Amino acid sequence: MIEATNLTKKYGDKTAVDDLSFAVRPGIITGFLGPNGAGKSTTMRMILGLDAPTSGAVTVGGKPYREHARPLQVVGVLLEARAVHTSRSAYHHLLALAATHSIAKSRVLDVIEMVGLQDVARKRAGGFSLGMGQRLGIASALLADPEILVLDEPVNGLDPEGIRWIRDLLKSLAADGHTVFVSSHLMSEMAVTADHVIVVGRGRLMADLPMADLIAQASSSAVLVSSPEAVALAAALSAGPAAAGVTASVTGGQTLEVTGLTAAQIGDRARDLGISLHGLAPKRASLEEAFMEMTRDEVEYHATTPTGHTLRSAA
Amino acid sequence: MSSILTTEPAGAVPGPGPAAVPPAVQVRPVTPARVLASEWIKMRSLRSTALTLVAAVATMVAAGWIFGWATNRQWSTMGPEQVAAFSPVDTTLAGYGLAQLAVGVLGVLLVTGEYATGMVRATFGAVPRRLPVLVARAALYAGVTFAVMSVAGLIAFLGGQQFLGTHGADLAAAGALRGIVGVAGYLTLIGVFAVGLGFCIRSTAGGIATLFGLLLVLPGLGLLLPASWQDHVLPYLPSNAGASIISVHPAAGNLSASAGLLVLLGWVAGALIGAAVLLQRRDA
Repeated sequence: MIEATNLTKKYGDKTAVDDLSFAVRPGIITGFLGPNGAGKSTTMRMILGLDAPTSGAVTVGGKPYREHARPLQVVGVLLEARAVHTSRSAYHHLLALAATHSIAKSRVLDVIEMVGLQDVARKRAGGFSLGMGQRLGIASALLADPEILVLDEPVNGLDPEGIRWIRDLLKSLAADGHTVFVSSHLMSEMAVTADHVIVVGRGRLMADLPMADLIAQASSSAVLVSSPEAVALAAALSAGPAAAGVTASVTGGQTLEVTGLTAAQIGDRARDLGISLHGLAPKRASLEEAFMEMTRDEVEYHATTPTGHTLRSAA
Repeated sequence: MSSILTTEPAGAVPGPGPAAVPPAVQVRPVTPARVLASEWIKMRSLRSTALTLVAAVATMVAAGWIFGWATNRQWSTMGPEQVAAFSPVDTTLAGYGLAQLAVGVLGVLLVTGEYATGMVRATFGAVPRRLPVLVARAALYAGVTFAVMSVAGLIAFLGGQQFLGTHGADLAAAGALRGIVGVAGYLTLIGVFAVGLGFCIRSTAGGIATLFGLLLVLPGLGLLLPASWQDHVLPYLPSNAGASIISVHPAAGNLSASAGLLVLLGWVAGALIGAAVLLQRRDA
């Protein structure tokens, strides 16, 4: 369990994290989503006690990270910026971390094998590719078999096989009762990985809800219609007493986008009107768009009244 | 905690099937001794450590032997003042002035190298209280420097005496042992000072520049001060305080050996206290 309470971090005049309160629960994967510069990495550094909050607090397993006797067993962390001396081998890097908690050498060799670095473990970490660096970071995170995993952009630089490996690893860790907190600026990655999502924009909490709810909200929108009589169909759909709440806009020579009606309703109306349809498809607004929408709201928040925070949920 | 993280359970129940639950990873609390063990692994696994220490030893020994040999050769041309000022101990240990640069640079690098590469986040992730890292690294580097430079001082002295020929002395000579231990002690304190400086300044260039400024530039610059001020400033610089510990024939105006040691300890304490305070205050 990670609990942040009114967590705030200011660098001079700039507020990187603004009054953030959230809880990350065990047993599921919680995504931490926001555009670059939204304060995700700063928040993660504060969880680890690397940065001190300007105000507010964050605890892991009930108390601040630094007060734990075996910190590596409480939180395993992969920070976005590399945290490895470039002149040291992966093996010695892990061995040195293990020594602080008297973790056996055999465990070091195990995690090296788990992340697939056994062939390069004795080479300088400075020569590692981005993907190998990520694997080494994950090996250090897993070293003490921690209850909580905090991973900043773990799939960065990994090949498709590596991405799949991370997803499976995170899912099995969560299923095993671990708390898994993963940041990303890619909604698409979160959509396939996370069970729950915390969205931040400009350091503020934008949303804190189950992934399924977010997908439901995002996909409730328009239907794309293709017809040789697009203009006539649009006019017919948006006219008359049944058209309340319906919008139909022509988007091309033979295409229109309709909201307020289901695909079935549009098909039925077209048949009644004697207009032929060449295409009829519900448009699932992508999660990426939903995410952009949320962060745009946050930008507008400063200029106008705070409306449209429908995604903020007590879930 | 059952765990899927352990791939090869050592000593797991034999036999196939999922019934064999892998044992949890043995994890013990962070203690000063464990932090020391970790720092030792980190120190010995960087090639720069050995290379820089070899450089320190080489300059210490080579300078001692060369000065011994050159002095012996030039003896007949030396004036009476030079002969009066001659000390077989000082001459053969003079290389410490060069060795201190290598020792100081390594002390700074042991810290700033972690800041430059981001390793410091892993270090403080494992030891979030931070202070044990400062203590362990300073203590460890002190031990390593003292051991290595005692031997280097001894080799420089003994070899140098051979090169001095009839003008040489032996270990029983006045100031010989104090000189050798003094050199090792001085270099150790400079090394610890550099570690503290590294934690204060965090950048390699800034740390080394500050160190060299203190050791090399300020003593020369201080000579530009009015003479009456020089006496109140120059003896208290780390290099001159160190010279007063080591030299058989200290320069005029220098402190006594014990006062010099106290001053040097003051510099080291200042750097370490500054490092400790900044470590607690600053974001990693």
